[in-house]
Amino acid sequence: MILVTVIMGLCGLLTVLEPRFLTGENLINILRQSSIIGVVALGMTCVILVRGIDLSVGSTLALSSLIAASAVQAGVPWIGGWFLALAVGAICGGISGGVVAWLGVPPFIVTLGMMGTARGAALLYTGGAPISGFPASFRVLGTGWIAAIPVPIVVFLCVYAVLHILLEHSLWGEQIRSIGSNPVAAWGTGMNVPLYTTSVFALSGMLSALAGLVLLGRLDAAQPTAGAGYEFGAIAAVVLGGTQFSGGKGTLLGTVMGVLIMGIVSNGINILNINPFYEQVVRGMVIALALIAYGRLGGSPAGNSPY
Amino acid sequence: MALVAAPILVEASQTLGLVVSTLNNPFFVTLKEGAVQASEGHDAELVVYDAQDDSAKMASAMEDLIQKDVDAILVNPTDANAVVPSILKANRAGIPVFTIDRGAEGGKVVCHIASDNGAGGKMAGKYLAEQIGGSGKVVELVGIPGTSAARDRGKGFHDAMDQYPDIELVASQAGDFNRDKGMTVFENILQAQPEIDGVFAHNDEMVLGAIAAAEAAGREGIVFVGFDAVDDAVEAVEAGKLAATVAQQPAKMGSMGVDNAVKYLKGQDIPGNIPVPLKLITQ
Repeated sequence: MILVTVIMGLCGLLTVLEPRFLTGENLINILRQSSIIGVVALGMTCVILVRGIDLSVGSTLALSSLIAASAVQAGVPWIGGWFLALAVGAICGGISGGVVAWLGVPPFIVTLGMMGTARGAALLYTGGAPISGFPASFRVLGTGWIAAIPVPIVVFLCVYAVLHILLEHSLWGEQIRSIGSNPVAAWGTGMNVPLYTTSVFALSGMLSALAGLVLLGRLDAAQPTAGAGYEFGAIAAVVLGGTQFSGGKGTLLGTVMGVLIMGIVSNGINILNINPFYEQVVRGMVIALALIAYGRLGGSPAGNSPY
Repeated sequence: MALVAAPILVEASQTLGLVVSTLNNPFFVTLKEGAVQASEGHDAELVVYDAQDDSAKMASAMEDLIQKDVDAILVNPTDANAVVPSILKANRAGIPVFTIDRGAEGGKVVCHIASDNGAGGKMAGKYLAEQIGGSGKVVELVGIPGTSAARDRGKGFHDAMDQYPDIELVASQAGDFNRDKGMTVFENILQAQPEIDGVFAHNDEMVLGAIAAAEAAGREGIVFVGFDAVDDAVEAVEAGKLAATVAQQPAKMGSMGVDNAVKYLKGQDIPGNIPVPLKLITQ
């Protein structure tokens, strides 16, 4: 509820300061821009639900889209390129998840390692150069329209819908939440905890790859430096959305709203032409203020603090 | 007794050493060729080493040059820190060191010769202003705020804009030298600004993102100017999508390095920092 209020408040403020903010075109623009980080953040929500974190999402995005891009340029059909990207993403995530789940290494360390490894591999793979110029079919995830809605938004909504069903109405979702709430108890009930944990990281990797395909379509280029910093954007959105680092509790809808808040802030900064030096300050303060408000009004970890 | 000061006594022909970070990259090959040509003009001997982007190889190349007792060493460091011990060795041997394109974090360097980003920003701004007829609305896409490239290119651009009172800078936003962010930021600016005549971006990545955003939004007639002359941008210039991009001149860096080393050896004063002019690439 508080998130809806923050969004309404931000929109109201921006409309007063610059009436052009509240045009259908600009709102679609914000949604489209938010959808890439949004897909990544939805995967991150699941990872944080099992008490994990995935710092490798940006690097995985870059590596998977580069491999798909070079395959398509070598003559692989576009749909094959898409599946290849998703497979690379799932493998990167699956490796991280496997090391976390079976070897017991903390996710922060494992995914930090994957972050460097995948980024390095992406740079090595192309010698640092971008790959550009693709057929329209391969780019449709980034540039297409379905009726009056840009495809990136449709992708975001579909990912949301599928994950919502999985998390709320499937055995998988139930198991994930119980692992996040209490992994030891989950073990005790005979659940295959490592397998579920691995599946969550693989899902996050696959969604990063999907986000990479949308980005590739938008830019008409796959770049080894793509997605740098996305891990922070995604984590910030998840935390804004009220998901707890202690696991088990959180909603996808909260993450969607977190992503939208970040998107609206960026759009507002550009539209109001705020000095670039203030940009990070503004962004940081909005996150801090929203979390403080969230804590005061209950629901978040801060709300349960004795202070 | 005071006549021992070596540089003043050196006669006509000198031996110079040049260590290049890598000759696998056309940029540095061109730099080397510029240096070779200049040394022929000065009747100096030039010994060239390729460090193959390896700091250890660079260090041994520097040691070899010190052993050969060359008159001066020109170095294009692979790493600003790793090169310092080698420079200190040359300092102890009394051999003057010049850095080209990339600087060193320590040691005594006579002179650093590198591109003049400020002049490049000014050149880009002037060209943009001329292309839009000296009046109109202009957008600046800033690099990572606080970096020296963003600061220098931005300052040069603003200096140029100050000469045109009829040009209004309607937005100046950070695209972080990144194509993705450049595109997103320019999409947002397009929402706020119904009229845009020209865009200057602190690098080509951002300008390529901005061009994609303008194309997707169906906004035509905007003049774009970028910086760096990367392959994609040069292609965009040829395709008429990008009006211009500012290129570094590696051959000039090489030749100016040799020219100044020779000047110094002849006893002339040279500044500690020599900016190399940039070149505008247009259709």
